[in-house]
Amino acid sequence: MHEFLQQVFSGLASGAVYASLALALVMIYRSTELVNFAQGEMAMFSTYIAWTLVNAGLPFWAAFVITLAVSFLGGMAIERVIVRPVENAPVFAAVVVCIGLLLIFNSLAGFLFTYTVQDFPSPFPDRPVLGALMTTRDLGVIAVTLVMLALLFAFFRFTTTGLAMRAAAQNPESARLCGIRVGRMLAIGWGLAALIGATAGIMVAPVLFLDPNMMSGVLLYAFAGALLGGITSPVGAVVGGLIVGVTENLVGTYLIATQLKLTVALALIIIVLVLRPNGLFGTAVVRRV
Amino acid sequence: MTKSVLALAADDIRAGRYAGLSIGAWRWLAAGGAVALAVALPFAASKYQVFELTMVMIYAIAVLGLNILTGYNGQISLGHGGFFAAGAYTTAILMQRYGVPYWATLPPAALVSFVLGVLFGLPALRFEGPYLALVTLAMAVAVPQFLKYFDTWTGGVQGINLIKVKPPSGIGLDHDRWLYFVVLVILVLAMRVAANLLHGRSGRALVAIRDHPIAAAAMGIPTARYKTLAFGTSTMFTGVAGALAAIVIGYVSPEGYSVFLSLSFLVGSAVGGIATIGGAIVGGLFIQFVPNLANDISDAAPWAVYGLAMLLFMYAMPRGVVGSLEPWLRRLSRRIRPHDAAMRK
Repeated sequence: MHEFLQQVFSGLASGAVYASLALALVMIYRSTELVNFAQGEMAMFSTYIAWTLVNAGLPFWAAFVITLAVSFLGGMAIERVIVRPVENAPVFAAVVVCIGLLLIFNSLAGFLFTYTVQDFPSPFPDRPVLGALMTTRDLGVIAVTLVMLALLFAFFRFTTTGLAMRAAAQNPESARLCGIRVGRMLAIGWGLAALIGATAGIMVAPVLFLDPNMMSGVLLYAFAGALLGGITSPVGAVVGGLIVGVTENLVGTYLIATQLKLTVALALIIIVLVLRPNGLFGTAVVRRV
Repeated sequence: MTKSVLALAADDIRAGRYAGLSIGAWRWLAAGGAVALAVALPFAASKYQVFELTMVMIYAIAVLGLNILTGYNGQISLGHGGFFAAGAYTTAILMQRYGVPYWATLPPAALVSFVLGVLFGLPALRFEGPYLALVTLAMAVAVPQFLKYFDTWTGGVQGINLIKVKPPSGIGLDHDRWLYFVVLVILVLAMRVAANLLHGRSGRALVAIRDHPIAAAAMGIPTARYKTLAFGTSTMFTGVAGALAAIVIGYVSPEGYSVFLSLSFLVGSAVGGIATIGGAIVGGLFIQFVPNLANDISDAAPWAVYGLAMLLFMYAMPRGVVGSLEPWLRRLSRRIRPHDAAMRK
């Protein structure tokens, strides 16, 4: 029983990371209807920025804040320069551009920081708490995720910009008629997604170690989480991410070997899409033809 | 009254002839010229260059498979490397475990990848646009792990070494040149099959499903059957390419079938033109030669070049090289087609 609970809690910690990345995916999907395949590599690149800053002697949290700011601006720039031309293009063009971004970030990281696996410092000490049910590191990851979620919720609920962003995502034409700069809102959406992704990357890097390919597995789980929660629902993304994290851990411990982890992610994605394509919290999209 | 040479030539063109030959004859001449060039090329090239050209043709077959599915039927696959691996491992296992001669492994490899494609195509009926891309991407990421795990069959991380193919004695060709011709014949066959499939009734059905699935269904096209069969046919092409690659390289291992293989097929397809048949060859050339050129700059450069090519082609030439040339070529040949000349009178 104790071991089972331990697995559940450590699953929650990795689930928090998946939830963050899933949230980033949902943000972009809601505003631009794009599935951002480059989200994982963008997060990986942000993590390298943090790593460089920490190695340059900055305290961890200062590096963290600077990385988030850089990622936010970088995300906005990517939306403006690279994604904007294909926003209304056929799906194929959008998918290819996202994959192109993925490859560019991956090779850029390999070029700048080499493909050697690097240690990444954890800001949290690694001590068992709660009767050895979880470690302080897990607790720290969960806490950071929760704080970020609370801030995001407050942003969307209580600020004018947040309201404008929701309007722009829901009905771009009407929003534009009300004087909202829809293009700018989309850019901010990408910026926020990049920022959330950066947090996920920094939180997961001490566990997975840092290398240019570290996010491919995480991205799959994040996709599974986002789809499980319903790709249109931010709350769903968080719940879905946590469920996927716990499932992954339990399946890996009790059912099949960890070497097949990615196959589990694939199976999860297919099962969700076949049985419940709108996810747990998503709304069915009705199209006029 | 004498006519000038130019006027005579113009008469010829109006009659559907050019320099005294009909347009059909010109087409046969062009095809014959291309075949003659392809046959002569390996004798002018070094052994390694022959190997490279063979790989170009193998990639072309794989990209052709992807074009059938993604270009003509609109189902985006980012995981064709997985089916390439299925073909390669079928051949490798049959050759190494059961001593089957290399040529006899091609039909089973085609069958296995066709069946896998159909099995994958069935749930894929429910995924549209980016979701299918996502599922296939997940598959592509999972393939190496999967191959490593079932190591009793796949040889695990070490992979499988294949017996070197012996060319038939008395034919006077060495190993590399013999395989070049084997692959050339299969490529020509594959392009012929694809052309027959896509330029007729079934091709129109596939395109109709891509452009407007509901209208296609309303016109009586069995969309589910066509989409599943398109998936199977597409993966069959790619699987055969994988089998050929295993034979030519003589070695298979999980790391050779990473997600990046699938993505390079996607690049090849986008560069050549997704909804074309000839574009597959341009794609094959791109996949084989561009990374080699970029490798001189840095290890990471080939993928950066792939990424940049993807962006540039989507912005500037979304129909790819061949797809962009096609309307121009068609305009040229329309001017000298007898049917059109008759219409104008």
